[in-house]
Amino acid sequence: MKTLFTSVYAWVDERLGLEEIQAFARKKRVPLHAQSFWYYWGGISLFFFIMQAVTGVLLMVYYRPGPDAYESVRQITYDMNFGWLIRSTHSWSANLMLGAVFIHMFSVYFMKAYRQPREFGWWSGLALLILATVFGFSGYLLPMDDLAYFATKVGLEVPASAPVIGPLIAKLVRGGTEVGAHTVQRFYTLHVVILPALFIPILMFHLWLVQKHGNAVPPAEENKPVAQRRSIPFFPNFVIKDVAVWLIALNVLAVLAAIFPWDLGPQADALRPAPKGIHPEWYFMSQFQVLKVMGDWMRGTLGEVVGVLLFTGGMVAWFLVPLYDPNKSSGRKARQATYFGLAVLAVLIITTIWGYAAL
Amino acid sequence: MKKEYNHKAVPTEGEMTRGAFLKAAAGGVGLCYAAAAGYPIYRYLSSPIEKVESAATVSEVTVPDGQKLAKGEAKMFKFGAKPAMLIHHQDDSWVALIAVCTHLGCTAQYESAKNRIFCACHGGVYDPKTGGNVSGPPPRPLTRLEVKVTADGVVVTQNPTAKT
Repeated sequence: MKTLFTSVYAWVDERLGLEEIQAFARKKRVPLHAQSFWYYWGGISLFFFIMQAVTGVLLMVYYRPGPDAYESVRQITYDMNFGWLIRSTHSWSANLMLGAVFIHMFSVYFMKAYRQPREFGWWSGLALLILATVFGFSGYLLPMDDLAYFATKVGLEVPASAPVIGPLIAKLVRGGTEVGAHTVQRFYTLHVVILPALFIPILMFHLWLVQKHGNAVPPAEENKPVAQRRSIPFFPNFVIKDVAVWLIALNVLAVLAAIFPWDLGPQADALRPAPKGIHPEWYFMSQFQVLKVMGDWMRGTLGEVVGVLLFTGGMVAWFLVPLYDPNKSSGRKARQATYFGLAVLAVLIITTIWGYAAL
Repeated sequence: MKKEYNHKAVPTEGEMTRGAFLKAAAGGVGLCYAAAAGYPIYRYLSSPIEKVESAATVSEVTVPDGQKLAKGEAKMFKFGAKPAMLIHHQDDSWVALIAVCTHLGCTAQYESAKNRIFCACHGGVYDPKTGGNVSGPPPRPLTRLEVKVTADGVVVTQNPTAKT
């Protein structure tokens, strides 16, 4: 048995160079310091993404986009064995993934891991975040229950409010003037073909950059002399911890999905009024609340335009922060970047809580 | 500070090393997780199979307006989940058969001009009266069903001992 394994291993190694990969894994080290906890959140995000891919493919086995969409989700939820669990896992994992991504992003921001030479890591990560929210928005419509219908209707009003090309884009995305069977078909194509085709290569790039540059250390650690910095081997020490964290993530996901199965509302009906207290998913809540408040302060579409511009401006600044605070000699700019990050975090949290309180 | 662990690096005869125990335990836990994830996925994917199999246990089907079938003609109908054919022969006899070729499962067709049941996939030929395999690759005759012609339709039943 042992000799068979070693001879098969030797045969494969000779052709693929497994020994090089092992040597690489042995050599690679992960910094160990007070903030090491935050290193796991990228991996947790990746874990939930893998869960999305697996459960997403399983849902595709029975899901039918188009006029039959609601009925097929009803069958998945009520007729197919464990269909409710697969669907619930997909919904919960989507939310947990966004949550993990936000934690990952803010930890990277405050540890200043976007600094030279990791700018592309920051930018590719933001691209992944934007794609993830589009994943969430497009996936939300697919069951075609009444919440999905109104959320999409309202969500598409945001691009529609952009000057000149806005209405055109909204109509193209919608596949008509109203949300309907064509919209579901389009969102499905977006959700299962176009977004994965964009997301996966960027994700690979993002992961490759982590390999290339190694883990960033926070400024406090960077100021220590190299001899005083501690680290652990990537393999097996860090991998074992990572696996343990993934198991915790899996357990949390399984418990949430099983105990709080995701609801399926009544079928979308354009003639029924919107249900009271309708609101977007939590990761759009902040934008939703800002638009609502701006609409109260300023008449008509002006408030909407100002709100959208405010968010766009904030995101551009967020995107460009590696250029403003490029390295450890940034000094005053580094402190300003930290204050900006705290302000962004505060605004997101306050407007989100405000949004829920105002429902 | 160095901790003293109360374990032996080299186990005595018949004892397990700590490493071997941990490996076995991790493997066992891994198998439990694989089973806990695999079972719902297996049942989920097999849902339609379970449905079809419970539908396939039908033993009687009425072919509506089957009695109006002209002589020398055949009509396809569903017997449970399977395609079946009802043939009204020139001599006024009625024959019903499961139309699934016993070779590789294609649906066979009645050819009245040649008075045979033919499977286009690999050229299997059956006798239209008995369902017997006449020529070509089919290893077994087609399954026969019992036919009762009534005023409202043709009632087709399967002898419970017959295999489909």
